[in-house]
Amino acid sequence: MPAVEHRLILKHADTPGYTPDLACYQRHGGYDVLKKALALAPKTTPDGKTLSPQEQLRQEVTTSGLRGRGGAGFSCGMKWSLVDRKSGKPIYLVCNADESEPGTFKDRQIIYKDPHQLLEGMIISSFANDVRLAYIYIRGEFVEGAKILNRAIAEARAAGFLGRNILAAGFDLEIHVHRGAGAYICGEETGLIESLEGKRPYPRIKPPYFPAVLGLYQCPTIVNNVETLCHVKHIVAMGGAEYAKLGTPNNTGTRIVCLSGQVQRPGYFEVEVGKATLREIIFDPAFGGGLRDGRKLKTIIPGGVSSKVFKAGEKVKLKGRGPDGKETVNELDVLDLPYDFTSLMAAGSMSGSGAVIVLDDSTDIVAALANISTFFAHESCGQCTPCREGSLWMSKALDRLTHGGGRAQDADYLAKIADNIPGGRTICAFGEACSWPVQSFVGKFKDEFAAKGAADQARRQNNGQAATKT
Amino acid sequence: MSEAATAKVFKPAPPVDRITVKVDGQVVVVPKLSPDWQGKLVPTTMIQACEAAGVTIPHYCYHPQLPVAGNCRMCLVEFGTPALGPDRKPVTNPDGSAVINKSPRPAIACATPVSPGMEIYANTPGVKAMRQGVLEFLLINHPLDCPICDQAGECKLQEYSVEYGQSATRFVEAKVHKPKAVDLGPRIMLDDERCILCTRCIRFTRDFVGDDALGIVNRGSYNTIATYPGHKFDNNYTLNTVDLCPVGALTSKDFRFEMRVWFLRETKSVCPSCGTGCNLLIGSRENRIYRYTPRDNPAVNGPWMCDAGRLDYKWIARDDRLKDARGSRPEVRTWRDVLAELAGRLRPATAGSVAIVASARLTNEELYLIRKLAQRLGAATDTIPHLGDGDRLLVNADKNPNTAGARLLGISAKPAGANLNDFAAGIRDGLIKTLIVFREDVTRFGLGADLLGRLDTLVASNVLPNETTKLAHFVLPGCAPAEKRGSFTNIHGRVQRITKAVEPPGDARPEWEFLGELLELITDRRAPATIEGLFNQMAGEVPAFHGLRWAALGDSGVTMPLEPGK
Ligand SMILES: Cc1cc2nc3c(=O)[nH]c(=O)nc-3n(C[C@H](O)[C@H](O)[C@H](O)COP(=O)(O)O)c2cc1C
Ligand code: SF4
Ligand code: SF4
Ligand code: FES
Repeated sequence: MPAVEHRLILKHADTPGYTPDLACYQRHGGYDVLKKALALAPKTTPDGKTLSPQEQLRQEVTTSGLRGRGGAGFSCGMKWSLVDRKSGKPIYLVCNADESEPGTFKDRQIIYKDPHQLLEGMIISSFANDVRLAYIYIRGEFVEGAKILNRAIAEARAAGFLGRNILAAGFDLEIHVHRGAGAYICGEETGLIESLEGKRPYPRIKPPYFPAVLGLYQCPTIVNNVETLCHVKHIVAMGGAEYAKLGTPNNTGTRIVCLSGQVQRPGYFEVEVGKATLREIIFDPAFGGGLRDGRKLKTIIPGGVSSKVFKAGEKVKLKGRGPDGKETVNELDVLDLPYDFTSLMAAGSMSGSGAVIVLDDSTDIVAALANISTFFAHESCGQCTPCREGSLWMSKALDRLTHGGGRAQDADYLAKIADNIPGGRTICAFGEACSWPVQSFVGKFKDEFAAKGAADQARRQNNGQAATKT
Repeated sequence: MSEAATAKVFKPAPPVDRITVKVDGQVVVVPKLSPDWQGKLVPTTMIQACEAAGVTIPHYCYHPQLPVAGNCRMCLVEFGTPALGPDRKPVTNPDGSAVINKSPRPAIACATPVSPGMEIYANTPGVKAMRQGVLEFLLINHPLDCPICDQAGECKLQEYSVEYGQSATRFVEAKVHKPKAVDLGPRIMLDDERCILCTRCIRFTRDFVGDDALGIVNRGSYNTIATYPGHKFDNNYTLNTVDLCPVGALTSKDFRFEMRVWFLRETKSVCPSCGTGCNLLIGSRENRIYRYTPRDNPAVNGPWMCDAGRLDYKWIARDDRLKDARGSRPEVRTWRDVLAELAGRLRPATAGSVAIVASARLTNEELYLIRKLAQRLGAATDTIPHLGDGDRLLVNADKNPNTAGARLLGISAKPAGANLNDFAAGIRDGLIKTLIVFREDVTRFGLGADLLGRLDTLVASNVLPNETTKLAHFVLPGCAPAEKRGSFTNIHGRVQRITKAVEPPGDARPEWEFLGELLELITDRRAPATIEGLFNQMAGEVPAFHGLRWAALGDSGVTMPLEPGK
């Protein structure tokens, strides 16, 4: 069956005439799910326990199998279950709308075109977690997005969906929009929290600063991505079990894939998770429509620039279970990987923020990596040693390599620097983010790096000889 | 009442929870909770457990007296925890030992709590490689200007380079350049290129001092320590950041380029600049003091001291120090003759005709001798309080280092200084004929030149000249605390030793020495000739000091109840 789009989150966003205001949202059933959630009555389970409305909502989210859409794909139900609910301190919800992973442009579709959907998801999530104060931390560059959200919040407030005693259900909630500080690291959840507190976005060490226990203002805090919070609305609307039928086991629901690079039709597509392969996303006429004429695929960056690249033609082994329960090993072309959390992880990369970047054979792979590394060297917060020093070191070396200063040994040189950064050596996952591209580019295209370095070296030697001759 | 509740009532107080862990194969038992930098009990960390096992984990940013930052990554270790079965019980090997799941990721020892059965691997090839990696990263942009760096010899970069460094660099890129010789404040210079961004200085001034003066600007490898534009790093504790800085980035303007640290002799002593008595090290070479640095004493100052106290040593080397003993006639100028003449005048004095203005800047031993002298002469005594500004950290408003000692030894009036009016009246009325003044300029405290002119005998002992020493018939040059031994009793009753680091100038002598000799000349009884003997005699005689022995004071002192009996 060919892959098709399945629009759940973006159901209305691109419909002609659909506007981001409350009236339009309500014409399309907006805030009905909130009404349903707030009207829930305590429920008694077969084993005699009473579940509060909040517990029921949280259970639905757990049942749904929802995994975070911000990058790590962490189970949302699990994240919520880790919140310290006994501390006596307020619990905060923070919506991560920093969307800075290069190649990612999905959250902004929701914010700009359907802001009330995000608000509804947040209000339900806040109710489910006894949150009275929530924040939207929006990327600083999204100036207009912040205005749209503030307008939507004002509308929701006026309509009684926010503020005191929401829908007369005795639930109070305020949502504040906070514009980001213009750095990629502000998207890392603990860096975000620091930034929200008015400080430099230095990610926090974990332990002890797990947001679920010691988050914003040292209170229990939930940080969820924009898209994740929108899914909560649909989970509550459909019921967790029904939602879990979307997608594939362990990779439920839909997700917005951002396709960019050298394809015919770059853009975003909402698909059931795992129901489309990378090949379909890139080549299917309904999606990317293939490469430009006469071009061949060279590389796929499958989950934002911090994910490890795939090389065209690369074979990956996926472990699975046959119908008899026995372990099976399935070897596939990388293009045949279903685009989901589990498969990409098993293939040694990740689906990250859902950003698929396609590079064709016209690409200078050294220059591509140099570009990525410049970004990371600029964005490292500089707090911890390996990332601070390593990210700039790699970037400088790559800059040299792209400007004629290469050496034959530079591929190894780069790999060795990169090897000293990830794997828990740093405070936050930026360490992985900046070193994985280098490890994978250099690892998979070693010949190109080596050839570039050797050519530079030879040229310098020849020039030297020419210079001595004259 | 339910059974459970009843049972609870009779439950004995729980013992301190302990955790057994292994460090490099060695079993150690540590408390489940340990004090953090503020003394609050928090889960014991790996670095503390390693310390308990005698295994030192290299570190830059961690400091037990500061909040944990976890940024340098030098302390990364590998570890494992007991494998749990489906029943949440530990799984055991055939030999009964626990099966350990080795963590795929390392952890920073400075911030990671230990858990029961945890195994910490602090010296595996993997751990060493991580340390090497961190050190290499720290050095690539470092200027490597050790030959002209003040930190050389006490630098953690140098120290760990010996253990984990490589002799050749593979870094072939251009180094990052940052500001050099940045004037951070009146006492601190910063070399941003040497800085390893451990944030110790930031945390110290923000969290300990409460002055959020330092921060980091710029991004990534260009990160730079700075003050807010237009602001100076200027509080009374800034120099502690020089000690805290693990490298040579922060230097003391007072000390930089003055002396290589390995030439300094370090003498344990106590700061005499206020009633707190911060423990310190006197750094000296060839009879010159180059610096004071704090000496860790958790009961007094922790590892810190204030800037004012730290820099209060310059006067010791002043040219106008009192160097010569002087009697009433020009020909009396050796100590023997001066003391003999003075003893001759004091011996026949009648009770009430002698008054002594002592000083709470003198040691317990010296004040004890003055007490004996006063008892023999029937002299009234007092001291002059010196009050200034205090703070909520270390600085006490009392600028005398031994106010408590002077009070406990009965030298001070109640309150201190209350007798001065009586002294003035006594002199005016001709009742007081002899005044002995230690370390004070009484002309500034109501005993002006006109009054002093009425005295038959004015004796002044001091280290620096003042109006009183100018008017005195007898001048007895004494010592700075750094030039003698003895003890002070701080404002909280802690008795602490001071130690001689340098020789006094000229004929100046420790007050306790000449006081002992003077006493012997007057009483024909020999006072103990050593500080140990003197202290122990005092402890036997003066109730407030009962039970103390000089030897027992050790390097960090002993606290006495300030009101005996309590
Ligand atoms: C360097 C870095 C940058 C990140 N940037 C973002 C971001 O822009 N938006 C986002 O939602 N999550 C980002 N994340 C992931 C967040 O830390 C966090 O996992 C996420 O917001 C959790 O939401 P989710 O569970 O709903 O996915 C980033 C993580 C790292 C390490
Ligand atoms: S890994 Fe990089 S971005 Fe993350 S805290 Fe360390 S220096 Fe900052
Ligand atoms: S100046 Fe020194 S103490 Fe401060 S961050 Fe730099 S290295 Fe650390
Ligand atoms: S000592 Fe710096 S990270 Fe632990």
